[in-house]
Amino acid sequence: MIKKTILFLTLLLLILSCDSSDESEDVNVDNFDRGVLLSHLADNIIIPSYQEFSTKMSDLKSAGQTFVTNPDQANLEAFRNSWLQAYKNWQHVEMFDIGKADELLYYFHMNVFPISVTKIEQGIASGNYDLSDSNYHDAQGFPALDYFLHGVAPTDMEILEKYTTSSNATVYKAYITDILNKMSDLTTKVSNDWSNGFRDVFVSSTSNTATSSLNKIVNDYVFYYEKRLRSNKVGIPAGVFSSNPLPEKVEAFYNQTVSKELVLESLDVFKDVFEGKYKGNASANRSSFQQYLQALDRDDISSAIINQLAVAKTQLNALNGNFFEQINQDNQKMTQTYDELQKAVVLLKTDMLQAFSVNLDYEDGDGDG
Amino acid sequence: MVTDRITSIEKYLKLKSKTATLAVFRFLFGLMMFLSIIRFWNKGWIETIYLEPNFHFSYYGFEWAKPLGDFTYVLFLICGLVSLFIAIGYKYRISIIIFFLSFTYIELMDKTTYLNHYYFISILSFLLIFLPANATFSIDSYLRKREYSSIPKWTIDSIKLLLAIVYFHAGIAKLNSDWLLRAQPLRIWLPSKYDFPVIGENLLQQEWFHYAMSWGGAAYDLSIPFLLYYKKTRTLGFILVLVFHLSTSFLFPSIGMFPFIMIVATLVFLDDNIHERLLNKVKSKIKIFKKIKTLDFYDFKKIPKSAIVSIFAIFFLFQFILPWRYVLYPDELFWTEEGYKFSWRVLLTEKTGLATFKIVDGKTKQFFYVNNTDFLSRFQEKQMSCQPSAILEYAHYLGNHFKSQGHKNVEVYVDSFVALNGRLSSRFIDPKVDLYKVKESFSHKDWIIPFSSEIKIKGI
Repeated sequence: MIKKTILFLTLLLLILSCDSSDESEDVNVDNFDRGVLLSHLADNIIIPSYQEFSTKMSDLKSAGQTFVTNPDQANLEAFRNSWLQAYKNWQHVEMFDIGKADELLYYFHMNVFPISVTKIEQGIASGNYDLSDSNYHDAQGFPALDYFLHGVAPTDMEILEKYTTSSNATVYKAYITDILNKMSDLTTKVSNDWSNGFRDVFVSSTSNTATSSLNKIVNDYVFYYEKRLRSNKVGIPAGVFSSNPLPEKVEAFYNQTVSKELVLESLDVFKDVFEGKYKGNASANRSSFQQYLQALDRDDISSAIINQLAVAKTQLNALNGNFFEQINQDNQKMTQTYDELQKAVVLLKTDMLQAFSVNLDYEDGDGDG
Repeated sequence: MVTDRITSIEKYLKLKSKTATLAVFRFLFGLMMFLSIIRFWNKGWIETIYLEPNFHFSYYGFEWAKPLGDFTYVLFLICGLVSLFIAIGYKYRISIIIFFLSFTYIELMDKTTYLNHYYFISILSFLLIFLPANATFSIDSYLRKREYSSIPKWTIDSIKLLLAIVYFHAGIAKLNSDWLLRAQPLRIWLPSKYDFPVIGENLLQQEWFHYAMSWGGAAYDLSIPFLLYYKKTRTLGFILVLVFHLSTSFLFPSIGMFPFIMIVATLVFLDDNIHERLLNKVKSKIKIFKKIKTLDFYDFKKIPKSAIVSIFAIFFLFQFILPWRYVLYPDELFWTEEGYKFSWRVLLTEKTGLATFKIVDGKTKQFFYVNNTDFLSRFQEKQMSCQPSAILEYAHYLGNHFKSQGHKNVEVYVDSFVALNGRLSSRFIDPKVDLYKVKESFSHKDWIIPFSSEIKIKGI
């Protein structure tokens, strides 16, 4: 009996190994190098993106300084223009919430919207505010600058008065300077950290554990799409999570005209990262989530994602550039856009995450499938 | 003929076995349970699983079993304490009863944590209530100043039978086309262990290896009860038990204590004499056991034998039938999960789901979506998304919640998708059905969209 069983099991193993090793030649998934994926992400996408954004950020800061020193119409226009350029470029880095960015709560100092006007105005009236305090996350960053540039008063003339003749003019200007300093300071820290060592840590952490770079970046990437892109930019203002639409919650609410531009930028970058498109000048060793899926023999998922992102983009393109108007006039188009964005969430969160089988960034109990 | 059978049953019931085997089993069982409780506590899971969430998923009919606030810690404390009592054999009968009740209550508190091996421990501890596991090597025997060298053979056989049922059904459950012909879900899981030392980058990536593991696993489960039962193959059986369970433990750390519990439990198949020699060695080193009078045979005096025979007969009949209840339901078992639990289907499916709930005002048709993280832990959300009964229960919870918030004409719909064993995701629940109006029951849930993948699942 014992001999027979051993014989049987050995035979079974032999048969199986001979039988399927013939076909495994071309379906071998071993050839996917996650280290290459990570170094491509770091060297050719993330680091160049941060470098580019740092430039835009310092442009914005100097435009702001010029405006604060000399608040006239021309400098206001220049400041607004730099703000928009930097805001658009911010969409290229917001999703990389890892390392220093995560540690310093970078995003929370850069793009929490809607802002609390009460908080800002009270801070200015009392001269007492602290942008490092988590209570002030919704009173700084691009959305607060949006308010100072476009929303603090109805007309340009009145806006300029705030910074020239109003009794609180000095504090208004100090607040702007503080926001810019905070943003630029954090940007420098995050960007430098990538160049000074974090890149190597990031690239070498290829394992499949809750804390490895690969798992964190995949999680961050999917989270970014679901929460920051789909929900914050489209879903929440369209009212899909509330009884009524909340048009005042659109991104860049005080500017009114660029919400669509920002979300399109964000969607394009999201797709570029999926496909591994270069940001920098290098051209070798391209690797991406898309290629990872293909290596796992799941072209079906990767093409479904690409297609769905394209459908969502078409839907977005059909919207009014001014989301506030769009929601007030025809919110159905807005919720339809949300629906198309949502379909990609399904593909990312169920299909892609299942294929990668990444350990999630939490451990909550045992499982036996 | 009938009388023949009855006499042969009576004969069997009179067969004797060494008490040592059951005592060793009791000691190791108590110890493993104690370690499991400590591990669970130590990981902070009492907090994250039972105390932090506002809502808990219940088993149908057991909605009354809920976490007890801070007393949940007391519950775990009691469960851990009686585990130790079981190990040392102190007030064994009452300890094992309390263990069975407290452990089962813990499992009933939230369905999210369902594991086959938790259920196994519940039913095993139920069985142990009726067995004289403290007849030797126990504080009880020291206190009574007497121990027994032999006990009825059927007491030990009943544990063996339960283990055989577990393995055999686990094996049967693997006889399906996903497991055998597509090597799913191992084909998803094993390559993702690419960071595993030595074999991660090579062996675990090979397709033939996924098939070998799938077939080997099925063969292991189906044959191991027999290999362990026959003396000639027992050594091979144990080597396989060690290799199989240790490798699953290394590869799938998330199955927790299960492999070790199974390794320890299968020791019950070892020859009586081995257990006795081992126990005598240990006992000779402990002073208190020297003054105990050894009696020959423990027989059930307090409980009538016929009562025990009928309890065990019903118990095992139930264990044989329960895993097959799925045949009463239409559609694909892995998809609907109707009759999936309590059936030893271990590591059989990789399901990922996404369920977005929509609260609609039935009159105005105004609606909004729910953010699941407002109500559920991520673990709960993950488990809920691919289990229809949990989706339904959560839908009712949401309905009640928003109704109490003053929303009118509340209807609850779900937009849900599931990807099963490497198939592309597809719609899971009928989005047009108001789940708030649907009642939970044991009948087929016709609001589950039928499994429509071209890659069918065939098998038992």
